[in-house]
Amino acid sequence: MTQNYDVIVVGGGHAGTEAAAVAARRGARTALLTFDRSKIGAMSCNPAIGGLGKGQLVREVDAFDGLIARAADAAAIHYRMLNRSKGSAVWGPRVQADRELYSAAIQRAIDAQPGLDVVEGEVAALKLSTNNRVEGVVLADGSVISARAVVLATGTFLGGRIFRGEDRETGGRVGERAASELAGQLRAAELPMSRLKTGTPPRLDGRTIAWGELAEQASDAELWTMAPRSPARCNPLIFCAITRTNEAAHDIIRRDLHRSPLFGGDIAGVGPRYCPSIEDKIHRFGDRDGHQVFLEPEGLDTPLVYPNGISTSLPADTQEAMVRAMPGLGAVRIVTPGYAVEYDHIDPRALDARLSVDGFDGLFCAGQINGTTGYEEAAAQGLVAGINAAAYACDLAPYIADRANSYLGVMIDDLVTQGITEPYRMLTARAEFRLRLRANNAWTRLGPKARELGCLAESSSRWLDARIERRAALDALLDTSYSAGVLREAGDQVPIDAGSKPAREWLRFPAVKPATLGLNSDNADVEEAIEDARYAPYVERQDAEVRELRQNDSIALPVGLAFDSIPGLSAEMIDRLSAARPQTLGQASRVRGITPAALSAILLHAKRVAA
Amino acid sequence: METIFALSSGSPPAGIAVVRVSGPRAQSAGVALAGSLPEPRRAALRALRGPDGGELDRAVVLWFDAPHTATGHDIVEFHLHGGRAVVAAVERALSTVPGLRAAEAGEFTRQALIAGRIDLTEAEGLGDLLEAETETARRAAIQTSGGSVRRRTEDWTNAVLGIAAQAEAMLDHADEDDVAASAGEDLSRQCATLAEQMTAAIDQPAVERLKDGIQVVLAGPPNAGKSTLLNRMVDREAAIVSPIAGTTRDRIEAAIQRNGIAYVFSDTAGLAVATDDPIEAVGIARAREAAAAADIVLWLDDQPPPDGLLDQTIAIFARCDEAGRAGAGDRLAVSGVTGEGIEALWTRIEQRAGELTPSLDGALLNRRQRQLLAVARDALRDASLSHDLLLVAENVRVARGALDRITGRADVEAVLDGIFSRFCIGK
Repeated sequence: MTQNYDVIVVGGGHAGTEAAAVAARRGARTALLTFDRSKIGAMSCNPAIGGLGKGQLVREVDAFDGLIARAADAAAIHYRMLNRSKGSAVWGPRVQADRELYSAAIQRAIDAQPGLDVVEGEVAALKLSTNNRVEGVVLADGSVISARAVVLATGTFLGGRIFRGEDRETGGRVGERAASELAGQLRAAELPMSRLKTGTPPRLDGRTIAWGELAEQASDAELWTMAPRSPARCNPLIFCAITRTNEAAHDIIRRDLHRSPLFGGDIAGVGPRYCPSIEDKIHRFGDRDGHQVFLEPEGLDTPLVYPNGISTSLPADTQEAMVRAMPGLGAVRIVTPGYAVEYDHIDPRALDARLSVDGFDGLFCAGQINGTTGYEEAAAQGLVAGINAAAYACDLAPYIADRANSYLGVMIDDLVTQGITEPYRMLTARAEFRLRLRANNAWTRLGPKARELGCLAESSSRWLDARIERRAALDALLDTSYSAGVLREAGDQVPIDAGSKPAREWLRFPAVKPATLGLNSDNADVEEAIEDARYAPYVERQDAEVRELRQNDSIALPVGLAFDSIPGLSAEMIDRLSAARPQTLGQASRVRGITPAALSAILLHAKRVAA
Repeated sequence: METIFALSSGSPPAGIAVVRVSGPRAQSAGVALAGSLPEPRRAALRALRGPDGGELDRAVVLWFDAPHTATGHDIVEFHLHGGRAVVAAVERALSTVPGLRAAEAGEFTRQALIAGRIDLTEAEGLGDLLEAETETARRAAIQTSGGSVRRRTEDWTNAVLGIAAQAEAMLDHADEDDVAASAGEDLSRQCATLAEQMTAAIDQPAVERLKDGIQVVLAGPPNAGKSTLLNRMVDREAAIVSPIAGTTRDRIEAAIQRNGIAYVFSDTAGLAVATDDPIEAVGIARAREAAAAADIVLWLDDQPPPDGLLDQTIAIFARCDEAGRAGAGDRLAVSGVTGEGIEALWTRIEQRAGELTPSLDGALLNRRQRQLLAVARDALRDASLSHDLLLVAENVRVARGALDRITGRADVEAVLDGIFSRFCIGK
């Protein structure tokens, strides 16, 4: 095995596997370093992939030939298209995955990827040149592996510490180790590091749940897949059930609140507002009489059940009393109690849009280390960091994701300009051009760029060509004109004086059925084309905004611009700008609290410096 | 970053002159001249000395520590004896302090705007305050510079943020029972109500009228006595008067203030039906335009005015002093020569002006602000009519953007803050 690579990826989770795989797809000789090869592709928390905002990210990663969507299909045991009653821009494809099948699918993909080696070991330190250029990594046994670029995808393992009631242990997942030495080096290198926390609920023994007392939630009947290329659904489908917390459970939580490290002041890290622990929910929304809990089976061959909605770090005995107070769980057995984990992350404002750490040439970061939460967010960053690490190591074109064209762009731009105050989760509300960024048009938006960057395998590239051809044929159909009379004859009640219009305009009339226009709408390509036509007027209205965004993003600010030398900025603005170090005027405009007046001062100053 | 200074009171000589220094070096500039500075926000008497040690003046000195100052930066004020030479000597001494330079016009306000101490509407109000020539314009400007438009806009913004938070919660957290239970009740009614409130504000008269003045146009046939009446109204010889029909060939404008309101009177060429004189013909065309654009038309013809002008017209029975003229009917009898009826005419004009000027009770919007508010209103109206939650959210986003442009602020995180404070999100 060679000890000299182009790219080393540290961590075999959702960020690390995507980073390593895409770097290798671009032709970089890549090593994936992990504590334990059998844990590659492990789902540490809920056994689900996708969701609102997250499903879009999964499809975008798929458009670069990423692993996550196809692995999700290989492991899926329950499919739900969230928000199906609303416009497709906010549809959230989500599957529940069998943990074993999922990590097996990821491991198969990693093993099959040419140019990618898996190396077991603990990275103790980065090997840096005197001017902080990355030269490789030093393992705990003292051996050195050299590489031009390193991607850190350490998840919760960087300085990881686990909390449950009065118990404390060191580790990134329960029963596993932490990367403590590496955390020490990063802190010593004066990178802006701080702590975040996240949590996970107890795992239940499904054989002790009274399923018959609970409402069932069945899988979708529609036959969509996470990756549009996946051939079909390959596993038996299971159903989930829904229970609720109640006053009795809340009383138990309140009684023992002081034993939670979250309230005892032991955890300094901030947790996510949208995924609060159950003790947080009771504390902050005490007036609610109950909270929904989804009981999600973890796999086909395991009795484990994941109770979604009660992440907690209360003591194990309190957890048991609390769950047993809930309907259907009176006799339930907890297999593994829930816990909170606190870990180190880097202030993502220290990164540029390639996810490269400023001042450390060749060092990239992806996933929870950048302050995000979620498998999908991690995979998406892993993809971008891997593309750019390969670019740096092998002199290829970099990839800067555009926020007007992808959730990848929205997320990375948010991270590097705004920083974070809690673990960052993708939400469709974060995308101002949401109407364009749909899960069903991810390949249209990104496929050609992915091919240009050399991220697509030959077969995927052919699939993209076929897709483009189908779309051209559909566009011809959409340009066909129909008269109001013809549509009325088919039973679509359009105004008789509406005249003759191309099909794409008729689609904006609620009374017009796509079938009347020769469009069979249970096909994903047609679905995409119909939505394009329906939202076209709004998308056009946004064009001016998109132009302004891109124009501001094309105005580069001088490297190392001293914001405290710009006349008139307040101390608070100088702090935020200095931390975010925007590279363009557009990025500066998105730093929180920067007004157009302040922006004009920045622009004037930048021009003066350039002159 | 630069520190700026300027004489901030009126031009000397005056009893007292205030020289203001603002910026990070303000304090050291204060020490350079005054030897030492008092506690922040306390006045003290100091001898000011130039770079050669010679005494320049004995002055009251004040300093305000950043960031809670007018400009957001450290400010030092010297309250000098208000002689020209004193001010010049102190300015000269300040210009020798390293890092200091004379301020450009409006630069203190610009500092405050850039530092975020005031928003765009308050800066606009300050600009209007400095330009205000009438009492009403001054009162309007002081309200705006004090934040009346900002507060009103913030109220709207908060209402829109509330709607956005509900819509976004329904889009991003639809699977949470907390959201499903409490959100989304009558979003469209909320949008419609807010749009109505905005329409009421848009329909208020524009604040520019206070600055530009009420446009009063005198119109009527040639030789109707328009110029004579104009001269009487503005109390000076603004227009040439002669008995020859068509003496006034072009528009003549004369401004006057009365009871705190500005008026601009225009004397027009007579609205002769036909004329052979090409110059007079051009004048007549302009007269029609002026009459059409007028706030008030004083109609001096014995024939009734054309239909398009009826609303803003006060019908005048002019030259009522002339022998043999009779039949005023319900028109106002006025004589520019004797002054008869002039007070009654002013009463009618002021009554009309009161309807045309914005009431000083609420926020007074200027044209720019009204246009942006109209964009927000239209978007909310569209939102109230849409059944697609995505398009409701998109329209609400457009409304939010327009309101942000009124104050020159923008904040996206605010929507998320709204969601997470209202709803218990998280499975």
